[in-house]
Amino acid sequence: MLIVVCIKQVPDTTQVQIDPVTNTLVRDGIPFIVNPYDTHALEEALRLKDRFGCTVAAISMGPPNAEGTLKKALALGVDHAILLSDRVFGGADTLATSNVLAAAISKLHAEVDEVALVLCGKQTIDGDTAQVGPGIASRLDYRQLTLVDKIIDLDFSAKRIRVSRKLEGRHEIVEAPLPAMLTVVRELNRPRYPKVQMRLAASDAVVEVWNNKTLQLDEQKIGLKGSPTWVSKIFSPERDKGEIIGDGYADPAGTAALLIEKLMAKDMLPI
Amino acid sequence: MTPNQFIFIPLLIASLSVFAWGCWKRFSLISLGRPEDRFDNIGTRLGEMLLYAFGQKRVVAQPFGINHFIIFWSFLILLVANTEFILNGLFPHTIKLIKLPFELYVPLAFMIDIASLLALAAVTVAAVRRLFAPPYPEARTPEAFFILGLIATLMLASFALNASELAEFVVKSRVDPASFFASARKVMPVSGWLAGLLLPLPLGTIHVVAWWAHALALFAFMCYLPNSKHMHILTAIPNCFFKRLEKPNTQPREEFTAGNTFGVARADHYSWKDLLDSFSCTECGRCQNVCPASITGKPLNPRAVIHDIKVNLLENGTELKKGNAPQTPLIGEGGEGSISEESIWGCTTCGACMEACPVFIEQMPKIIQMRRHLVESEAKFPEELLNLFENMEGRSNPWGIAPSERTKWCSQLEVKPFDRDTTEYLFYVGCAGSFDSRNKHVSVAMAQLLDRAGVSWGILGKDEKCCGDSVRRLGNEFVFDKMARENVATFIERGVTKVITQCPHCFTTLKNDYRQFGLELEVIHHSELLRNLVQDGRLVLDKTTAETGSTVFHDSCYLGRHNDVYDAPREVITAATGSAPAEIARNRNNAFCCGAGGGRMWMEEHVGERINLTRVKEALEQKPDTICVACPYCMTMFEDGLKDVKADNVKVRDVAEVMAEALLR
Repeated sequence: MLIVVCIKQVPDTTQVQIDPVTNTLVRDGIPFIVNPYDTHALEEALRLKDRFGCTVAAISMGPPNAEGTLKKALALGVDHAILLSDRVFGGADTLATSNVLAAAISKLHAEVDEVALVLCGKQTIDGDTAQVGPGIASRLDYRQLTLVDKIIDLDFSAKRIRVSRKLEGRHEIVEAPLPAMLTVVRELNRPRYPKVQMRLAASDAVVEVWNNKTLQLDEQKIGLKGSPTWVSKIFSPERDKGEIIGDGYADPAGTAALLIEKLMAKDMLPI
Repeated sequence: MTPNQFIFIPLLIASLSVFAWGCWKRFSLISLGRPEDRFDNIGTRLGEMLLYAFGQKRVVAQPFGINHFIIFWSFLILLVANTEFILNGLFPHTIKLIKLPFELYVPLAFMIDIASLLALAAVTVAAVRRLFAPPYPEARTPEAFFILGLIATLMLASFALNASELAEFVVKSRVDPASFFASARKVMPVSGWLAGLLLPLPLGTIHVVAWWAHALALFAFMCYLPNSKHMHILTAIPNCFFKRLEKPNTQPREEFTAGNTFGVARADHYSWKDLLDSFSCTECGRCQNVCPASITGKPLNPRAVIHDIKVNLLENGTELKKGNAPQTPLIGEGGEGSISEESIWGCTTCGACMEACPVFIEQMPKIIQMRRHLVESEAKFPEELLNLFENMEGRSNPWGIAPSERTKWCSQLEVKPFDRDTTEYLFYVGCAGSFDSRNKHVSVAMAQLLDRAGVSWGILGKDEKCCGDSVRRLGNEFVFDKMARENVATFIERGVTKVITQCPHCFTTLKNDYRQFGLELEVIHHSELLRNLVQDGRLVLDKTTAETGSTVFHDSCYLGRHNDVYDAPREVITAATGSAPAEIARNRNNAFCCGAGGGRMWMEEHVGERINLTRVKEALEQKPDTICVACPYCMTMFEDGLKDVKADNVKVRDVAEVMAEALLR
């Protein structure tokens, strides 16, 4: 049984700034991290590996430097790490991205082992679309179970999975046949910390790179050409500059009084 | 019958064999440890050994240590008497001290007699103490009383032996008993006095009984010694010789290549010196009586850690020698011979145990070695540390705040970036000084003081990264190694040579730990710099403006105990307020930790009383208006503790803040 985890390298958004002139992300010097939701998908796959002994493959589509993300996955214990990287994959929207990822999963299914589960984070923190996971499920005709916060039951021989979905204000228990695609939320688990031996092994390991020669996809369905949507503008919302009132350290009581006065003047405190 | 070679010699050989076997067994276990060079600076080492082993400097630092000093030196003197005794047993009536020249014999006999009396008195005092006021409750062991009884037996037997010989001489030579005993008392006061009492008794029987009692007690001592905690008689002296010549305030680096083991999970993963430490401990309990974790009821007990390492080594020794895996785990809940994870995580690395140990056992580094194993090889640690480790690795600060916010503390100030050509000092603000809302005020006060004194300084701003202190003390050497190498590269690239820190953790890490990474910096703690600036007349203070009222000063472990800076912060307070701060009961090198060191700052404290509360209550005994600190962690721990005891009227101020308040406007 093979579990495929889709992970993405994203800029650490707390450190991202937007260039006011070009309206693009300033990526220089911004560290990359593994998309936080994906770390929970990865952890769940590794827990299933610990429990059932299944094989785990991590795949990521991105530029060559996304290799670092896959090395982190290797350090945590995945068996295969494959980087899907090719200039023709670049500029992809969620549709084109899911085409590439689905093709890679099919290839793994054919060459490594029967795919039982595909795990994705519920969304990425840079694009925030939450579409790629469902896109993969559609392309592969897998059941899609989104926003999973608990795998209640998993039976590989009966090919069934039962999960809890975390929805607004309620939980939904859903059962589906395998293979299935799950997108996961943070509540699912606490990601593990890598052991040094594994980190050292991962840093020496070679991450397999698949390009379009490997996947043989129609260039009209991938990258910029295969993307019906594109970002026309990116900007930070304008915000009026605030003011610092009083000195909360030297005179907390006076400052609190001043704040209340200001809020009342603006009619922002219900009385 | 006395001495009878045909009984004595076989017994002696048997006892010597047991003694040698015991010693060999233990020394061969020590040799299982990893190599470590402790053979440098032989001259200094000999000096330290004389001072601490023979001079017993640390032993006598506590009143009861004088008792031990007496036993130690009596034993050294009595070595002569016991050598005579054994030789006399081997070659009866041939080798006797009395055959020495008279001028040599008299003082020697006098010293032996007095030493025996002192030793007898000292073991009696020790037994009484152990019975009624033991150093710690578990110290009342049968083993302790057995050894004290054995020593007392040796002394009593030797008195009886000497006295009966004197009395027999009187009987045989028919000298006047009164005048003979009077002159004998001048040479051997105790034996001479006892001889008078024995005279009417059956002397031959007394002599035989005393001789054999002495012989058997001596043999028992020899057999027992290497198989007990009293092994320290043999190991403590070399342990002082092999002590770390520099303060044990850093941990060794690790080599991160595949196939290495990281940290310590088995006794034989320690260095030979660590294992010698375990055999040098006589379980006096001084470490546990100063350990903030032990005192506040946590499972960690530094004495037990060392004891468990020894027991583990003894239990697993046979298997380890064969190259097999150990049976008893070093880290585990298995009782004696195993150390629980909770103990390992309880250490604040305050160093009080190492400061207290009379024979320089290094408890704290051993605990960090086990943390390294847990973090690096097992990824097992209290869950609150996961965020810390990730924040440190990803954003180089404990809270995971965006590095771009590092300069927010000085957004309202004119602060120059460090530049090797135009600024003299790098002010290494540190994570707390940069991000923690309370400690930012200390950074601002420092900026103000440095400018007023005309110091040429700059900051690294967004390029400043965490020094890595917490991750190193928590055993995450892999991440620390990476952080240290990055920082060292930045410092070298930017041409930093002189650094001001306001955090003792940054201070010790930059000063001591980074030396292992090839960087020798001139690091000055802000309290030292401020003291110097006042002394040089570069800061003029108005002592009347400070609003501190009465003050106490709390020593930070990493400033005081680990780096010997005690006076500077006190002098800063005195300069700013006009009077010296009051002293908390435990101060300077005996100061009690705030509870935040060793990465404990980032961990929950569930068991026992909170360490910071214990310390806050102790500080409040001096009824201060202001508790002065020189460390951001201490600041946080004291502010939290004061809230808990609802002492709202007491303030906590960093020494820089106290001084900034006293600046002439």
